[in-house]
Amino acid sequence: MASSDGLPFTVHRSLFTGYGKGDTVIYISDRWQRWRRDPRVVWTVYITLAALLVVLPFVTDWALGRSWVRIAAFALLYIMLALGLNIVVGYAGLLDLGYVAFFAVGAYCYALLASPHFGLHLPFWLLLPLGAVVTCIFGVLLGAPTLRLRGDYLAIVTLGFGEIIRIFLNNLDAPVNITNGPQGVNLIDPIRVGEFSLAQTHSFLGFTFPVVYNYYYLFLLLTLAVVFVSLRLEDSRIGRAWVAIREDEVAAAAMGINTRNVKLLAFAMGASFGGVAGGLFAGFQGLVSPESFTIIESIMILCMVVLGGMGHIPGVILGAVLLVVLPEALRYLGPLQQALFGRVLADPAELRLLVFGLALILVMLLRPSGLWPSTVRQRELAAGAAESGRA
Amino acid sequence: MDIFLQQLVNGIVLGAIYALVALGYTMVYGILGLINFAHGEVVMIGAMVALAVIQVLVGSGVPLPGPLIAAVGLAAAIPVCMALGYAIERIAYRPLRQAPRLAALITAIGVSIVLQNAAMIVWGRQYHSFPALLPATPHHFAGATVNDLQLFIVALAALIMAGLLWLVHRTRLGRAMRATSQNPEVAGLMGVNVNTVISLTFVIGSALAAVAGIMVAAYYGVAHYFMGFMLGLKAFTAAVLGGIGNIAGAMLGGLLLGMIESFGAGYIGPLTGGFLGSHYQDVFAFLVLILVLVFRPSGLLGERVSDRT
Repeated sequence: MASSDGLPFTVHRSLFTGYGKGDTVIYISDRWQRWRRDPRVVWTVYITLAALLVVLPFVTDWALGRSWVRIAAFALLYIMLALGLNIVVGYAGLLDLGYVAFFAVGAYCYALLASPHFGLHLPFWLLLPLGAVVTCIFGVLLGAPTLRLRGDYLAIVTLGFGEIIRIFLNNLDAPVNITNGPQGVNLIDPIRVGEFSLAQTHSFLGFTFPVVYNYYYLFLLLTLAVVFVSLRLEDSRIGRAWVAIREDEVAAAAMGINTRNVKLLAFAMGASFGGVAGGLFAGFQGLVSPESFTIIESIMILCMVVLGGMGHIPGVILGAVLLVVLPEALRYLGPLQQALFGRVLADPAELRLLVFGLALILVMLLRPSGLWPSTVRQRELAAGAAESGRA
Repeated sequence: MDIFLQQLVNGIVLGAIYALVALGYTMVYGILGLINFAHGEVVMIGAMVALAVIQVLVGSGVPLPGPLIAAVGLAAAIPVCMALGYAIERIAYRPLRQAPRLAALITAIGVSIVLQNAAMIVWGRQYHSFPALLPATPHHFAGATVNDLQLFIVALAALIMAGLLWLVHRTRLGRAMRATSQNPEVAGLMGVNVNTVISLTFVIGSALAAVAGIMVAAYYGVAHYFMGFMLGLKAFTAAVLGGIGNIAGAMLGGLLLGMIESFGAGYIGPLTGGFLGSHYQDVFAFLVLILVLVFRPSGLLGERVSDRT
């Protein structure tokens, strides 16, 4: 195993950039790969991760306070949303800027069917799948006109759809009151599975589980299910069809992939994840209003996917967690500035979106494949850049 | 018939404003193939800067005539927007010219967010009222009312559009711009400094945006940090309607969209029996966009583009 630069070994860049192995196979990389794939190591990592996730609420509550457990629950919700958008943007390459519409549909579906607004109180096990199905249908409806559109136009049209949904939610309170307009729907039933209500403190095996913990565990279960479904989709025929469409739609059609159906499926599946997350959000918050479903939310979810690493599940999860936790952490900047400078120079709440925008620009300029990309994606982007450079 | 003429007048005024903003979108798309999401925010910054200058002048108590104050505001806003457009192009778009389209698009969104929030931090979240500088003497004819401000907006917009058409079709720079939009590489071989042309395109578009921003603020009487978003979206719709990349198309598209929106807002109540009100006005622009993109993606004046990805 000779190396091209004369040394007996070379530190392999594949450890850090994820590019495929070059001609120089070295001792260090070999050892790392074998360790990475050892089943005992893999199981240990997963079990440790699972244990950490289970005790997370207790640790966070003790270290940072109850509000951070709530933030953790929201982080799980956003992970679900980001994974849903990941199917549309990351796998299928369809830039969807109106994803929050599906979140809204799922939330309102739950809200309208489990609150005093219409007097209906459907059970949770019926509501969540129902919400997912309804959102699926909306996904197909919103995706159908966009099938022939390219990236930029698709983005604008989906943006328009997101806004249309929000405008309708805001204004469908006259003459027939469907969505209760700007006030939104409140007093939504909390989530209850049979006789076990999540909105009560329970104790089990000597541990007390406040309301937030209950919701956290439910969200954790569903997030794991969503991650599992995403993983299986990635390696399925449909997943490969999506990747084929993303890389070259004409070639994919030439290979016999029904691009229309596959794209609609991408929209529908992504939408259904959003719908599930929406339903959970409605049950958790107890209140939904059109103000929670603005274009900024859409862009934030897109940021999570793009900044984390499009099409790569761990990257997307990282992006979602970062973009939920960092703004909350930025709130501490206020008191910090107070302590350092004696007054608050810039309100952290106002800075939040500004920092988002700057982060987007910087990441796109410096590392367009995201913070934690998949090797396939990175090669795609590198090849794309080289091609357009040559062309 | 009673509101038809009034809505027509409103539509033309609105259309003139949309046309000015749409020109910025269409010029950039024609040359770079990029939707400049930040363009709407440049309009907003033009309005806010002009408003700030005008407020200083009005507040200082110096007895200047209204139109002069407006002109000073305009003269202040235009260079600021031009510099902003140039900066955006150099910092955010030029490094990504060889990158895949998605990266440039997302960067454009990032720039838009940064500008919006910078404006929010500097000028606050409240609606700022724009003082009435032009004498709003109304003229009545055939049941419709037109005031001086509306006439001025239409006249100024027409003048600017005529100037732009002259620039693009009768000057060397215009020829260079047209050549770059057709094929940047060959244009470079023919001696056109492509980077300069692209920068100038952004600069000219931003100058138009500044004028449009002041017009919007004067017409509606308010300026707000979020005003650029919807306006930018509608202007982009107008550009697509007319045929993106086509300057005459942007003008036509702007006018048409203004009229569609005006008539739609006026007639939607009676048409739907009171079910839908005029707050659905924004939906019209999106519906138009979707219909155009589905049925005639090249727009009204665009060339027929084949269905290639």
